Amino acid sequence: MSTLVFLEHHEGELQKDSLGVLGKAAQIGGEVSALIAGSGVEGLVPQAGLFGATHIYVADDPALEAPLPQPRVDVLAKLVQEQGFDTVLFAATVLTADVAAGLAARLDAGLNWDLVDLTRENGKLVGKRPALDDTVFVDVGWKSEPRLALIRTGTFEPPAATEIGQAQISKVNVQLEDFSAQAKMIEQAHEESEGPSIEDADVIVAGGRGLGGPENFALVEELAKALGGAVAATRAVVDAGWYPYSTQVGQTGKTVAPRLYIAVGISGAIQHKVGMQGSNVIVAINKDPNAPIFEYADLGVVGDLHQIVPKLTELVRQRKAA
Amino acid sequence: MKIAVCAKVVPEQARRIDPETKRLDRSGEQTLNPFDANAVEEALRLKGNDAGAEVVLVSLGPERSLDALRKALAMGADRVVLVSDESAAGSDLVASSYALARALDREQADLVLFGQQANDSDGAVMWAAVADRLRRPLISQVADLTVTDGTLRGKRQTEFGYDVIEAPLPAVVAVSDAINEPRYPSLKGIMGAKKKPQETLSLDDLGVEADRAGESGSRTEVYAIGEPPPRGETQRIEDDGSAAEKIVEFLLERKAL
Repeated sequence: MSTLVFLEHHEGELQKDSLGVLGKAAQIGGEVSALIAGSGVEGLVPQAGLFGATHIYVADDPALEAPLPQPRVDVLAKLVQEQGFDTVLFAATVLTADVAAGLAARLDAGLNWDLVDLTRENGKLVGKRPALDDTVFVDVGWKSEPRLALIRTGTFEPPAATEIGQAQISKVNVQLEDFSAQAKMIEQAHEESEGPSIEDADVIVAGGRGLGGPENFALVEELAKALGGAVAATRAVVDAGWYPYSTQVGQTGKTVAPRLYIAVGISGAIQHKVGMQGSNVIVAINKDPNAPIFEYADLGVVGDLHQIVPKLTELVRQRKAA
Repeated sequence: MKIAVCAKVVPEQARRIDPETKRLDRSGEQTLNPFDANAVEEALRLKGNDAGAEVVLVSLGPERSLDALRKALAMGADRVVLVSDESAAGSDLVASSYALARALDREQADLVLFGQQANDSDGAVMWAAVADRLRRPLISQVADLTVTDGTLRGKRQTEFGYDVIEAPLPAVVAVSDAINEPRYPSLKGIMGAKKKPQETLSLDDLGVEADRAGESGSRTEVYAIGEPPPRGETQRIEDDGSAAEKIVEFLLERKAL
């Protein structure tokens, strides 16, 4: 196998999920290469070498400054054709989903998305994909090469960084198709929420409509702070403007899988469930005993969040201080 | 301005995968993919009162999809082009995007709109494949869209906040479900929908070669369908004033604190 992993970066850091996919590729075996595409990205190269890539391709060009998908499709298409990679892996994000699908069309290559595992069985690469609101798990594969895959957020933890010897580094010439350079970034987003981002957090405290109003997100923030975690929100409260989209968990937001997920005032409809059910431990606090979230929370607490959450925050603080 | 909205018809409920064909069972009631209603709404908003503008729905699916697509006509779209062909069944992204691009070639729309994702396959990638085949600029996950003098400006939701991206027409845009609230069809709209042009095309009509459609045109396959990994037992408590303490105990027990 000869695998290329697309490494996404933001504000000078390689993204954790990308490194997790790189680590997984190295574990599956074969030749594993990585691509870093951007402008002024050479500083990221040593980091990539610590997670299992034996060859690092660097496409460093002002045309790749903005995180837009189409120029990256051009870079990948050329690289995959020249180097003959049989597999190209992406950690799924808003950006990489567009890159992977554009590449699939360009190369007439099969793309499987939303994978939560990747294995080699009898010499064949097999992806595991939850479907129908995660009620079934489907084994999927590819009929031709290159095989393209998008891995669901939070699926693979990056392995411990290890020096595996000097990775080979190659510069990639950037040539764009005329249509690829037509979309222009006018204003690039910066993180709107404070504290750790929900993709990276070990602990997430999430708030829903049951909070009653945006001012009550303070309860959620305090608990998250005490636990050293991040704050997430449901689609309903993001749509209502209580909290930024970058914190939205669910079908139309992010998929997260922290060690601990505390859902506060969240009914837990299917659209939320698919974004967080991979969490290791789920605790739900809701006053409605019929809330669907109680069907899959490890611990369901029926009660008034305004009473319970401040007390819980205080107890956690005391315990951490002790 | 001519706007094409790519719309998918999906099973309304009780979704299952047919164990034999390993394809989604589409035998029950069908409905317009709810996320595509946002794209239809945005197209109608952009069209506004411009009598020269047109909103055309482009869809791939079985013949009976027309019933569900009429909802979009009832909302105000002008006509439907349905690509319906038995040999297109089982098409994956590569094959579907090819057929869709050929249908869109025929329309030469200034703007091609998609909804945020398909409710049945959870796919959220089709637009990028279509944009590449059409060789047009792309903006996805757009929560706010304006068109001024042939230039699109989209506010794009990302993991990090909002980007603002501009692109010249013709272009492809995928809208987020946060962009608008789709209107309900009026009674008059529903009555008028049946009379609007509804064209059904075969793959032959579009010049799609047999080996680029359906399973033979697809590059992915399904090996097996299984159960999701089980979750452990769930516990439930009613707050009697000691819930916070009980949560802490539970977290310690599960080594989550």
